[in-house]
Amino acid sequence: MIETTFTPVSAALGGAMIGLSTVALLALRGNVFGATGILAGFLSPSSSSDWAWRAALVAGLVSGPLAHFALIGEMPAVEVPVAPWMVLVGGFLVGLGVTFGAGCTSGHGICGLARGARRSIVATATFMTTTALTVYAVRHIFGGV
Amino acid sequence: MQLFAIYFAGLIFGLGISISGMANPAKTLNFFDIAGGWDASLAVVMATALLVAAIGYRLVLRRPSPVFAPRFQLPTARVIDSKLVLGASLFGVGWGLSGFCPGASLPALGTGRIEVFAFTGALVAGMFSARWLMRISASRAATASA
Repeated sequence: MIETTFTPVSAALGGAMIGLSTVALLALRGNVFGATGILAGFLSPSSSSDWAWRAALVAGLVSGPLAHFALIGEMPAVEVPVAPWMVLVGGFLVGLGVTFGAGCTSGHGICGLARGARRSIVATATFMTTTALTVYAVRHIFGGV
Repeated sequence: MQLFAIYFAGLIFGLGISISGMANPAKTLNFFDIAGGWDASLAVVMATALLVAAIGYRLVLRRPSPVFAPRFQLPTARVIDSKLVLGASLFGVGWGLSGFCPGASLPALGTGRIEVFAFTGALVAGMFSARWLMRISASRAATASA
């Protein structure tokens, strides 16, 4: 395990920016800002005009750390406290799960809850619980990282 | 103009993920480890984002249409079924194992870290596998009912 400290000010600032960008996408394009749906449409687009705005959005996302570097002088920290197989298996399970469940933390947890969608309330409660159970199992039952 | 504005919206999201520390799996996982060294930052990120989105959505949806599209395209699914719950459950197990979720991993690609590319590659493989499984079960159901 890698210790991290509670950073309420940067968390609130970053959270407000995330919220603002979801509102901006709804105002500009009329879509919810779900990373799952945007990535799915980017990988298998329905038309070239549909692909273009998704590609612009993905390019913006990937530029985030560079803007962070430009403003603060360092890249955001990426510390991975788990084994490589857990990154790969975890990634695959996330891919399965967000496709069956039609959304992830951004789509269900922010945009869906903001709309008061019942599906998103159920999905968010479910994945927050299974994430916590998984972390508990890895760290306190199997004594892992 | 449209693409630049949308690029900028993505940039603000990616910068928000970076500033909030959510590109960092160690920080995300520590939120879920209430029995260990708890870091509550993720709750603050989600609560603030949700508050801003809930207010902003209300204001935006009063308008007749978005700026660059003829109409709003909000998700229309309403049914709460086992697919939704199973999917959300699997997503949580994967998030808990890896510490990455899609909304954090896409911006984190910009750091150039190999672990983020490994996660995102596995994520895409999982998404295509799920679609393939859904196609198979749909064609089986069609055959069975025919």
